[in-house]
Amino acid sequence: MKILMISIYKTLLLCFFLCLATFGLSQMVEKSTAGPFLLKNGTIHTITNGIVKGDLLIEGMKIKSIGTNLESDEAKILDCTDLHIYPGMIDGGTTLGLSEISSISLTKDYNEPGDFTPHMEALTAVNPNSVNIPVTRTNGVTTVLSVPSGGLFPGRAALIHLHGYTPQQMFAGFKSHVLKFPSSGKKHRWDRRKPEEIKKDYKDQQKKLNDFWKSAVQFSKIDSAANKQGKILNSYNPQLASLSDVVKGEAPLIIDVNKKDDILVAIDFVTRNKIQAIFSGVSEGYLIADSLVKYDIPVIVGPILSLPSRTSDRFDVAYKNAGELLKAGVKLCIKTNENENVRNLPFNAGFAANYGMGTDEAMKAITINAAEIFGLEKEIGSLENGKKANLYICDGDPFEMKTSITHLFINGFNVPIENRHTLLHDEFLERSPGLQK
Amino acid sequence: MFMIYKIFAFCLLYFCSHSIVAQEAILIKNATLLTITDGVKEDTDILLKNGKIESIGENLSYGGATEIDATGKFVMPGIVDAHSHVGIDAVNEATNPVTAEVFVGDAINPYQVAIYRALAGGVTVSHAMHGSANAIGGQCETMKHRYGALNPAALKMEGAPRTIKFALGENPMRVHGENKKVAPASRMGMEQTFRRAFAEAKIYTSEMEAFKAGKSKKAPLYSLRSETLMDIINGDIIIHCHSYRADEILMLMKVLEDYGIEKICFQHVNEGFKIAPELAAFGAYASVFSDWWAYKFEVYYSTAYNAAILTRNGVITSINSDDRELMRHLYHEASKTQRYGNLTDNEALRLITINPAIQLGIEKRVGSLEKGKDADVVIFEGHPLSIYCKPIMTIVDGVICFDYVNDPSDMRLDIDPSEELPAFYEQDHDHEDSCMEGVHLH
Repeated sequence: MKILMISIYKTLLLCFFLCLATFGLSQMVEKSTAGPFLLKNGTIHTITNGIVKGDLLIEGMKIKSIGTNLESDEAKILDCTDLHIYPGMIDGGTTLGLSEISSISLTKDYNEPGDFTPHMEALTAVNPNSVNIPVTRTNGVTTVLSVPSGGLFPGRAALIHLHGYTPQQMFAGFKSHVLKFPSSGKKHRWDRRKPEEIKKDYKDQQKKLNDFWKSAVQFSKIDSAANKQGKILNSYNPQLASLSDVVKGEAPLIIDVNKKDDILVAIDFVTRNKIQAIFSGVSEGYLIADSLVKYDIPVIVGPILSLPSRTSDRFDVAYKNAGELLKAGVKLCIKTNENENVRNLPFNAGFAANYGMGTDEAMKAITINAAEIFGLEKEIGSLENGKKANLYICDGDPFEMKTSITHLFINGFNVPIENRHTLLHDEFLERSPGLQK
Repeated sequence: MFMIYKIFAFCLLYFCSHSIVAQEAILIKNATLLTITDGVKEDTDILLKNGKIESIGENLSYGGATEIDATGKFVMPGIVDAHSHVGIDAVNEATNPVTAEVFVGDAINPYQVAIYRALAGGVTVSHAMHGSANAIGGQCETMKHRYGALNPAALKMEGAPRTIKFALGENPMRVHGENKKVAPASRMGMEQTFRRAFAEAKIYTSEMEAFKAGKSKKAPLYSLRSETLMDIINGDIIIHCHSYRADEILMLMKVLEDYGIEKICFQHVNEGFKIAPELAAFGAYASVFSDWWAYKFEVYYSTAYNAAILTRNGVITSINSDDRELMRHLYHEASKTQRYGNLTDNEALRLITINPAIQLGIEKRVGSLEKGKDADVVIFEGHPLSIYCKPIMTIVDGVICFDYVNDPSDMRLDIDPSEELPAFYEQDHDHEDSCMEGVHLH
């Protein structure tokens, strides 16, 4: 009986999702088309080699060549006169693909219970069909880091391109473990813990972190020794095993840390343990930028559109942080920490540009600098021969809201400028029937 | 002993803080004026005197006026935010599906640094709203950002019409239906909650009238709730209704029609674009987010083109923040309607000036640069719809309340001397939280 009930329930559930799927059909974006494509007479913002007027040929997944008077027999030609061509933007921290509707917990896949779940893989849970993905890429964001959260070691983040039918197709070639560094501050405005509770929690977290790290180092040593002797450890400890390359300094670790004192403790932690670290968040980085430079730690700054963390702060500290870090010589990229509104990455960069960074540097931050920080500067982040054809075409400065993105290419595919928002617009701008019954 | 210290600190602050000092007159010279209602005027002066816009024209002069050279700069009316929870210390009275008797104006906190930060984004007027826990929530307060005034009452915009918060959909359903197992637990229950509240108010009123006329010896038990609901029916209070889905919005318009209620502004109204013709026909207003969506199921079928579609269909539309961070860059939020819907500069600027002013019933006082209106103006470096703009000075009632160049970094009015750790917040960027502030679900 029970089994029957469950199967009825399952059938109903299936019907429900099928209904959803049919409803969704009217809001599915068009299929992308494969190249080759020849973009003619555009203003090409290469990022790494200045601005060039000319043509850009896309063949397969790559940029075949950039130059003047390029020709191709098979290529579909796209006239780019008066248009600008930019490399796709890269967001250094999102939950895109890992969450659909944040208030419905069963649609969230970025969080596991417990402080130590470094063996969780974000890429496993990336949903290529998330409605939020087309909404994001049509603003020119082609690549994002999808980051798990919760606890101290929530898992391994994955860089994905916003096009493809499977997570593996989307994977951009960079993964990194994440550490949410213990914070000595309040969690948010409604954090009701007493100061002594915050201090105690902070000490507890620090101890937990250091103990776990010691275990990971120990595990790595034993594992390496066993490997050398051709043996296999006959104990299953995926948590410690997954950190093995990180403790050996052979794989990066993204450390989410914001408060000045905490950043200093984190710097001590990474230098002591010889960690290949990338800091993320870093809202008070501008106060200790010199230390970040001294220890050569790259950072993922953001969100830029944030409130100051202290009531005593100047109102625009978050707007200015990236610019001040840049002036000090820190290597940086930008993150939105967003899900459904990762599309605001160009505007986050625009605010940073306006408050001290300048347009060129802000553009670099979300293209080539991000690629460098993720070790992919030979593949993405600029328009160069042989690089992946991740690019968009627009009619002006992409940081300006007035500018329209007219075309989009990811992995060499021409991706339609369509998403749920544009489709609803097309259907409802002039409703038919209007008021008649 | 500690008390004395506190009093001393308070006095010190009182005298040192940037308190309101009204200049007699401010003359802004050679600006590009974005008047909103009368086009763009280049190389024009604007004189602010006694808290009002005294005159607009070329080559103005006024003896003793503080002159500000605004050559190459843009001047626009102070931004109006039709949905915020800034400046109040209590947001939700989540104890009953109907709490028309409560009033957020009783909980004004003039010390909140969020008010200053809003000024730094050019916002001079905000609508401090009750939260969305109840179908009929509390009455709201239209506030002038007179930061520096220490008397809570000084922030109230005198003469602004009364407004009240209604809420549809998931929030009241969660708080009452799901959490307390009482109606409304569904959008059907929502309708009946409104119908019962209005019907009971009418019965109460007829009983009260009968008693006053000597036709009945027994007076009904005094009910501020019913009195307030009757004021809504009589058209003395503008409803501002938190809403998302098209069906629930149509439902409420039908209920209001049955009670002859006309004044309503739908807030958030993410699916407003689906029923723009019906909203326009009713004469309902819409106050929307520029691009928030998908944070809950009822906003999953949203579009950032909402404001543009509503505008094109003749609905008076504004863009609001409902968030102390977003509130600081409403000019930027308004500009997104140019990417999502190609609105003209003036259409986009209307969304954060005269339109929200109309929705709050204060359009004769604020929302445009016109002679005789309140001297609420913002000076921008760069056009306010460009990403490369910066608000550099905000003036409220002729008083400079934000000055990018001259303000010190720390603009708090109050400091808690007992605070052991300087408050530092890891994150403060959660959608919807402010609307549900003070609600504790089990």
